[in-house]
Amino acid sequence: MLAKRIIPCLDVTDGRVVKGVNFVDLIDAGDPVEIAKKYNDQGADELTFLDITASSDNRGFIIDIIERVAEQVFIPLTVGGGVRGINDIRTLLNAGADKISINTAAIHNPSLVSQVSQKFGSQCIVVAIDAKKVNNHWEVFTHGGRNPTGINAVKWAKEMVNRGAGELLITSMDRDGTKSGFDNELNLSISSEVDVPIIASGGVGNLDDLVNGIVQGKADAVLAASIFHFGEFTIEEAKKYMRENFIEVR
Amino acid sequence: MIAIVDYGMGNLRSVYNAFRKVSPNLKVCVTSDLKLIQSAERIVFPGQGAMPDCVRELANRNLTETIIDAAKNKPFLGICIGLQMLNDFSEEGSVPGLGIIPGRVRKFKTKNHFNKVPHMGWNKVYRKNNHFMWNGINNNERFYFVHSYFVEPKDQSLSAAETIYEHPFCCAISKDNIFAVQFHPEKSSLAGLQLLKNFTRWSI
Repeated sequence: MLAKRIIPCLDVTDGRVVKGVNFVDLIDAGDPVEIAKKYNDQGADELTFLDITASSDNRGFIIDIIERVAEQVFIPLTVGGGVRGINDIRTLLNAGADKISINTAAIHNPSLVSQVSQKFGSQCIVVAIDAKKVNNHWEVFTHGGRNPTGINAVKWAKEMVNRGAGELLITSMDRDGTKSGFDNELNLSISSEVDVPIIASGGVGNLDDLVNGIVQGKADAVLAASIFHFGEFTIEEAKKYMRENFIEVR
Repeated sequence: MIAIVDYGMGNLRSVYNAFRKVSPNLKVCVTSDLKLIQSAERIVFPGQGAMPDCVRELANRNLTETIIDAAKNKPFLGICIGLQMLNDFSEEGSVPGLGIIPGRVRKFKTKNHFNKVPHMGWNKVYRKNNHFMWNGINNNERFYFVHSYFVEPKDQSLSAAETIYEHPFCCAISKDNIFAVQFHPEKSSLAGLQLLKNFTRWSI
């Protein structure tokens, strides 16, 4: 059976991995290559790098990181954050990324998703959807949950898949940073409407949250940052717990 | 020398990096040069994206005949679409393949969004033979897959391994000097690196 995936997410700025809550009070957490190797050795199924560099002058760092990680870590690598157009995507793929996650750029220009999937294949395009509950539905937000778009998240997910997204990364902005678990109603309403795999993200505080993302949210993969970065749990512990809960893992 | 065939379909850097990792002293090149491909001792034939595009791009670079020739007599490793293209025909765009292995390429059907397509992630590979390429790799080992189409060889005895998704499907083919896999060894951690290492040592 296909294993459910655990994906640690590394927030990167100016060439370093940082830890913080909601992008504030950032603490240096070390060298991205060392951390990538550590997670790989623990059995991570994929790695996601989120470039949170504020200044566009320093964007070159992420290329260097991906090149160095790709020489030593042989599992799929996803890169997201600040990806604007097809040239950014080509550069990151050439550096060694396997998948590119796009968010705001897809909202400004949905046809970018069609172009990229035609040019490089659906397998390398992950559409990230940041959603917040507004009245009785989920709305897509940008800029870390600050800017509403008026777009219905479930409809948006379907449109992105129709345009060629190979995977969806669903982040609940209500839960992100709260450690109260994924919004599994949101995950389920998207997972049950699309054929591509979905990755649940935002709000993991303990190992039960990972299990619930799979069981209740019907996610194909779970993404978490702080529970791994702060050393609360290793990937091995997470997998053991999922296995004990009858979830197939690698 | 190992030639990784570059015909503009997909990122070959990970395949290159993985060979550098397992055999630092071996010469590896990513190339679309006809002469280099002809003179290489070993050929890696990758592929990403849609098979109709792959077939077209290979032809645009005048490489089709060179690949068909290379597949006749030297160690030849197909990866992902590189496996699918060896077949006669693909449901994807209803295009003919290179016709090196008799068989068809078919699409996974999904029911009620339960099993997702693409088949993406780590799945178990059940060996059907004891090919040299499986040396040092456990049976039922997990490899990384990402694909929406699978191959159906006419001659089932050519299947070197199966994986189960919706139904059992052939995920590796072995025939004489050809070994081709649906999964991505370059993204399959230690087991994948072992398979690539075996390829550098496989003599036919």
